[in-house]
Amino acid sequence: MAAARSALVDGLTGWGIYVVGFVPAVASFWLGATGGLGADPVRAFEQTLGLWALRFLILTLAITPLRQLAGINLLRFRRALGLLAFWYAAMHFTVYLTLDRGLLWDTILPDIARRPFITLGFSAFVLLIPLAVTSNRLSIRRLGKNWRRLHWLIYVAVALAAVHYLLATKVVDPGQAAHVGLIVLLLGYRLMRPLLPRRRPA
Amino acid sequence: MPAYRPPVIAASEITPRSVYLRRREFMGLMAGAGLALGAGRARAAAPATMPLKTVPSRYKVDEPLTSREDVTTYNNFYEFGADKADPSQNSGKFKPRPWTITVDGLVGKPQTFDVDKLIADIPIEERIYRMRCVEAWSMVIPWNGFPLKALLDKVEPLGSAKYVAFETVVRPEEMPGQSGYFQPMPWPYVEGLRLDEAMHPLTILAVGLYGETLPNQNGAPIRLVVPWKYGFKGIKSIVRVSLVETQPPNSWNSLQGSEYGFYANVNPEVDHPRWSQATERRIGESGFFGSGRRPTLMFNGYADEVASLYAGMDLRANY
Repeated sequence: MAAARSALVDGLTGWGIYVVGFVPAVASFWLGATGGLGADPVRAFEQTLGLWALRFLILTLAITPLRQLAGINLLRFRRALGLLAFWYAAMHFTVYLTLDRGLLWDTILPDIARRPFITLGFSAFVLLIPLAVTSNRLSIRRLGKNWRRLHWLIYVAVALAAVHYLLATKVVDPGQAAHVGLIVLLLGYRLMRPLLPRRRPA
Repeated sequence: MPAYRPPVIAASEITPRSVYLRRREFMGLMAGAGLALGAGRARAAAPATMPLKTVPSRYKVDEPLTSREDVTTYNNFYEFGADKADPSQNSGKFKPRPWTITVDGLVGKPQTFDVDKLIADIPIEERIYRMRCVEAWSMVIPWNGFPLKALLDKVEPLGSAKYVAFETVVRPEEMPGQSGYFQPMPWPYVEGLRLDEAMHPLTILAVGLYGETLPNQNGAPIRLVVPWKYGFKGIKSIVRVSLVETQPPNSWNSLQGSEYGFYANVNPEVDHPRWSQATERRIGESGFFGSGRRPTLMFNGYADEVASLYAGMDLRANY
């Protein structure tokens, strides 16, 4: 009975995360469509989507250290957070292709191929695709050990995304420094973890 | 008893016409006082601008003007913060008047000018120019100003002068971007032009836009506008102009020389390392749906007037 109720609560909060998670995108789209995003609404919308993709990546990466260091177990939300990161990256890329570049492929394709700023962001998004596709129980069962190995790609994706974010402006601002600082901490934790004493009893 | 008795107004209470005509000045003063009282970030309270007497000029482009709202709220002016909205939100404490500008260096008559005296002395023209930012967006702005040449002629440049160096004011107490952590670059912001570029009739010192003195966020009270170059060449809130013999430093070039050159001529064929310069987005033109991208023109569309300045130069090497 208690277990059933807890499963129901988890199910609802799981969906709740998606509902809340898409609020920034919907709000920003609404503001853009109604003239509330300032002089360059396309750029503002595009940047909001990219920033939230990065934020959901950060949250996804924070789940494990929170559990191991603070004993807070939010593992059940990790898939939703990771998928939100993917959807935001997909929307960010779509807005880049359409509203920003107007589907002018003869300028888009060379940019993706040649400009590190664009190439890095594009690569981060491409790396998230197999992770999103395999974010389900069936894939976890089928892939077994390889599922874990495949999902290590998130470390590469977030590192690429962080550099992409730093290259997006002419100078680094405090917001960028804070986000990238968190990413460095979270990736650093993975590197240092083998050296840390194990907290959990065997 | 009459139900209504017209009030008797004493002659002493009637505002003299001369004072009445200065009501904008009074409102400006009051707005300034309000700003001074309003603590911290003076959001939305637009600092006072005053109307300017202008004469038309033949320099105008027949493209729709970017709205005053967009021109005054979407700015790169790092002295007030790195975000586009920062300059309009964080410049309330800046005091652009009174203001002097010193012109010195290799000149016969070095002088310090009061900006309002310059405005009274030199006819203020309306110049409708394209403005192309190095970040690949653009505007069409009705500037009010005078040719830089008019100022330089007053100080009589010597034959040895080959370049003109410009310097922005440093006032950390009025310019939040100049204090605290995360200052993006060393101050003062500096820029430079070759003397022939500086003397070109298209090169102006703007003191206003849309018929009024410059708002703080647009570089009050006096700024450079060189329409065939990327916007960062348009140094704002200038306190000093020096004629020099060798190429002076310019801030963005010193910070990131591989990305921002000294010349910074708008050129769709020479890309910024991080983005293409082949197209630009005209601010406010297409709204949210539809990209509003247009091809970028060589020398921002001013090639007929300025291409000869660079005859024989490799524009790829001198970007």
